[in-house]
Amino acid sequence: MARVGVFVCHCGENISATVDCEKVAKESGDLNSVVFSTDYKYMCSDPGQTLIKEAIKEHKLDRVVVAACSPRMHEPTFRKACSEAGMNPYLCEMANIREHCSWVHPKSEETTAKAGDLVRTIVEKVKKNKPLQAIKVPITKTAIVIGGGVAGIQSALDIANCGHKVIMVEKQPSIGGHMSQLSETFPTLDCSQCILTPRMVEVAQHPNITLYTYAEIESVDGFIGNFKVKIRRKSKSLDENLCTGCGLCTTKCPKKKIPNEFERGLGNRTAIYVPFPQAVPNKPVIDRENCNYYQKGTCKVCEKVCPVQAIRFDQEDQIIEVEAGALVVCTGFDVLKPNFFPEYGYGKYKDVIDGLQFERLASASGPTKGEIRRPSDGEIPKKIVFIACAGSRDPAKGIEYCSKICCMYTAKHAMLYKHKVHDGTPYVFYMDIRAGGKMYEEFVRRAIVEDDTKYIRGRVSTVFERNGKLIVRGADTLMGAQPVEIEADMVVLASAGVSNPDSEELAQRLHVSYDAYKFFAEAHPKLKPVETNTAGIFLAGACQAPKDIPESVAAASGAAVKVAALFSNSELTREPVVAEVNRQAPPVFSTCTGCFLCEKVCPYQAIEREEIKDRNGNVIKTLARINKGLCQGCGTCVALCRVKAIDLHGFSNQQMYSEVMALLNF
Amino acid sequence: MENQEFEPKIVAFVCNWCTYAGADLTGTSRIKYGANVKIIRFPCTGRIDFMLLMKAFENGADGIIISGCHPNDCHYSTGNFHARRRWVVFRNLLNFSGIDTERIQFSWVSAAEGFKWADVVNNTIEKVRALGPYENYKKINVPTLFAKEDNNE
Amino acid sequence: MIRLGFYPGCSMEGGAREYQESVIALAKVFDIELIQIPDWNCCGATAAHNLNKELSLSLPTRILALAEKNELMDIVVPCAACYSRLTVTNHELNKDKSLADKVCDVIDMPYSGNVNVLNIIQFIQKYIADKLEEKVTTPFNYNVACYYGCLLVRPNGILKFDRPEDPQTMDILVKKAGGNAIDWAYKAECCGAGMSVSRTDIVARLSGNIIRDAVERKAEVLAVACPMCHSNLDMRRPEINKFLKKEVDVPVLYISQILGLAVGLDAKTLGLQRHMVAVNLPEKKAEQPAPITNTIKTEA
Repeated sequence: MARVGVFVCHCGENISATVDCEKVAKESGDLNSVVFSTDYKYMCSDPGQTLIKEAIKEHKLDRVVVAACSPRMHEPTFRKACSEAGMNPYLCEMANIREHCSWVHPKSEETTAKAGDLVRTIVEKVKKNKPLQAIKVPITKTAIVIGGGVAGIQSALDIANCGHKVIMVEKQPSIGGHMSQLSETFPTLDCSQCILTPRMVEVAQHPNITLYTYAEIESVDGFIGNFKVKIRRKSKSLDENLCTGCGLCTTKCPKKKIPNEFERGLGNRTAIYVPFPQAVPNKPVIDRENCNYYQKGTCKVCEKVCPVQAIRFDQEDQIIEVEAGALVVCTGFDVLKPNFFPEYGYGKYKDVIDGLQFERLASASGPTKGEIRRPSDGEIPKKIVFIACAGSRDPAKGIEYCSKICCMYTAKHAMLYKHKVHDGTPYVFYMDIRAGGKMYEEFVRRAIVEDDTKYIRGRVSTVFERNGKLIVRGADTLMGAQPVEIEADMVVLASAGVSNPDSEELAQRLHVSYDAYKFFAEAHPKLKPVETNTAGIFLAGACQAPKDIPESVAAASGAAVKVAALFSNSELTREPVVAEVNRQAPPVFSTCTGCFLCEKVCPYQAIEREEIKDRNGNVIKTLARINKGLCQGCGTCVALCRVKAIDLHGFSNQQMYSEVMALLNF
Repeated sequence: MENQEFEPKIVAFVCNWCTYAGADLTGTSRIKYGANVKIIRFPCTGRIDFMLLMKAFENGADGIIISGCHPNDCHYSTGNFHARRRWVVFRNLLNFSGIDTERIQFSWVSAAEGFKWADVVNNTIEKVRALGPYENYKKINVPTLFAKEDNNE
Repeated sequence: MIRLGFYPGCSMEGGAREYQESVIALAKVFDIELIQIPDWNCCGATAAHNLNKELSLSLPTRILALAEKNELMDIVVPCAACYSRLTVTNHELNKDKSLADKVCDVIDMPYSGNVNVLNIIQFIQKYIADKLEEKVTTPFNYNVACYYGCLLVRPNGILKFDRPEDPQTMDILVKKAGGNAIDWAYKAECCGAGMSVSRTDIVARLSGNIIRDAVERKAEVLAVACPMCHSNLDMRRPEINKFLKKEVDVPVLYISQILGLAVGLDAKTLGLQRHMVAVNLPEKKAEQPAPITNTIKTEA
């Protein structure tokens, strides 16, 4: 038989002004199982708490109901007090007679009666409460950072500098991401590589960071604090320990005409290559699809010239398994594919390029050594047209969002162009100029005023070639939608930023959600911007939506702090409000029938399959089992379970039914 | 008329994160509403087993409010969608069984909508008051599975 | 023998007789019978939908209802304006049930919304394209500028046909007929359309730009799929020439005529003699490849 104590709080006059607290306390005392009841001015005060603690001891209470304010306010307070008196804290419940009663009803018999009803209801509930223990989950203090762009680099360095181990996994042969391709960065025009490459080197040399380039995530199992991750290290056909990075192989490779991805096709590379001179690690990989040896069986020039015999043609992909406590996803973004713009002639005319290609042209280490020369004939373009919102904000193209970075980089491009080609004329077609950010608007103004960029507000309908010129036809909406035709030497499209082609697959592998555009979704757009719905997996950078460098870096540091906070304890303590599938003695094992409807509705992938086997190892029954590390206690599975095999601690079926019955019966 | 004095008994099943907090805000803002409604706290509307609704009617409830987070605001990301889907299916079953679904009010009230909560409650009280006491439920031949002979008022 | 519905509309009974003749002749080569929808009426064209929405939907609905009544569920509508009106009507009726009921009430006929409206290119793609290459006897060995105009490809959201800014379907058909579809800039620009009678100066300028670009890019023939485009580019040639300040005699052929010539139909059957600009195509040997034009090679 339970021994319940009821403590009714006056909350100064907040409750007692409309509710007769003494009467509530007195009547509660008559309830079945209630062995003690009292009222007090301030139950949450020190004397109030002492009153509860002493009553627990004196009257051997094993259940406590505090009728006071909202449990959202003081439930932790009273549970702690009970715990200090030696009671299991989860045997303490609150009846909300302030927010839900005294404050919303006038002083009356009815209000007092309602308070009594609420107390009775919670008394019935608390009788069915079971002692619970806070869940402790051990934490592996290693973080995996997926993606080695600026966001990944920042996140990895921040976590590593907190003293935790980091494993960075990068798909490409080098870290650096899109930022390493950029020429100069807005709004300060500092050189992208100058600020990025020291950090890339820092990652490679950091004692706490293990770097796997040319590697991808194969699978992710487990849960927060306890992930098991398989990483595929694609074969580089190279013994990295021997290779000194001398680069002789790359100069001697006979396959020299492969379009260089880093240069966005504006330059060539060899089959054994280092993506760019400042690559980290600065060691080559063999691109097997373009290698003579792998395709035709002969060549091996690289092997012959290598002074340290580091080439390994028979090297295979390696799968390594690591344990981690948290993951930070920083996989970045992609730029819209060219076939999106038949009307702009991208892919048809060599001198129609995208923004990233322009970055390479403007980069001092790019294919033109930083001179703006058009791809078709190497001439310096005298008239250049930048088309903003190429694909973005265009429902007809399926991209309704603003790519956010284009307004700024287009202004930057116009400026860089003008700084390099003094007699040239840059035009920008735009919808709106979105320059929200520190020093951003001033930057755009500079492009317009100081560098004399001709901004035309309107859309471009088509770009076509005539007599060696690119005719850009559009409308000037500030001049009454007057048609405009510009004979340009080169056209630059500020193509929309889109999610990576394999982002959906990765999201499914990680069990994180993603939006309609296949960008990864944060747990809350405002208050949980770097968390995902899967505990222990965090996001940063442009894999969430197009972001500029400051934003990506800020998010990366944010995610790093979340990881560091998680790693600041050796164990993770969680509220024991989790679901559980019942277990019984054989031959039933559980009332669970293994329909696994719960598996489908669980937002956290917390439902596991457990096989019950006989002595010979034959499977007798497959049952659902809740992973307590993943379960967040929503209870959707409980409501759904057809055989009521699942129950939720703290909100069990017995508790809820008792509440309903007690509330209505008196 | 008898209905003028009839004070319906209404049970509100609400989620902890939005509507319970919204109702707290109603209190903090001292917005008044009828005392007929009593709130039962669930972690999420997704937790609400519709058998509990039956239990409530069986125990003499005249009306029921179910309220949780707005779509896409669920603390558990999808619980409220599951509740909504279940309601869409369950409503037809209730209609088929002869239960008055007019007496069940489904709504979304966020943690910021203190006023809305008071409106939902007052409107539901008005509506159920107009419908009168739910005498008909007692006339429905509820299977013995549901019945609890010793607990009738 | 495949039997399909056929809606000629007004122009193909008058100014564009050769379009009708060539479509029917081409269909016959591929064993397709085009059956005129009995008792058809005006589609409403531009006039109706500028005046009265209900009228502009009722007129096409009656045509569609008649087709359905006669169990002609695929109908060929070669005129781009008629095609536009009929397709838009289908779209509007399927979108709004109460509107559909109202319109059916007006015409006093039932209509399900399920008649499939095919423009000339869709018709060829669906019923002819697969067998086209094997039937080609005299490849149409010329530089062809395919001109789509406006109504054939727009509004894309409703028609869902081809790429509105840079259409390709007619180019593909011309290539199958052995022609060289050139890359040019005025594929879907305005020809002046309904200004044909009232403002010939505007037509001369707009159509003139189209003709000039085609000729500058060495087009020997313009291919069209709309009687209105044809009349502006063909009939208004004197005005166009005045605007261009030179004599341009590039002929304008319907796509059905081009394919007809390729499969060996004679000029008379295809009605080539009815054009204002004489169709004097230079003799070419069948195997002679078309000259390389200024088409830019694509990378992708």
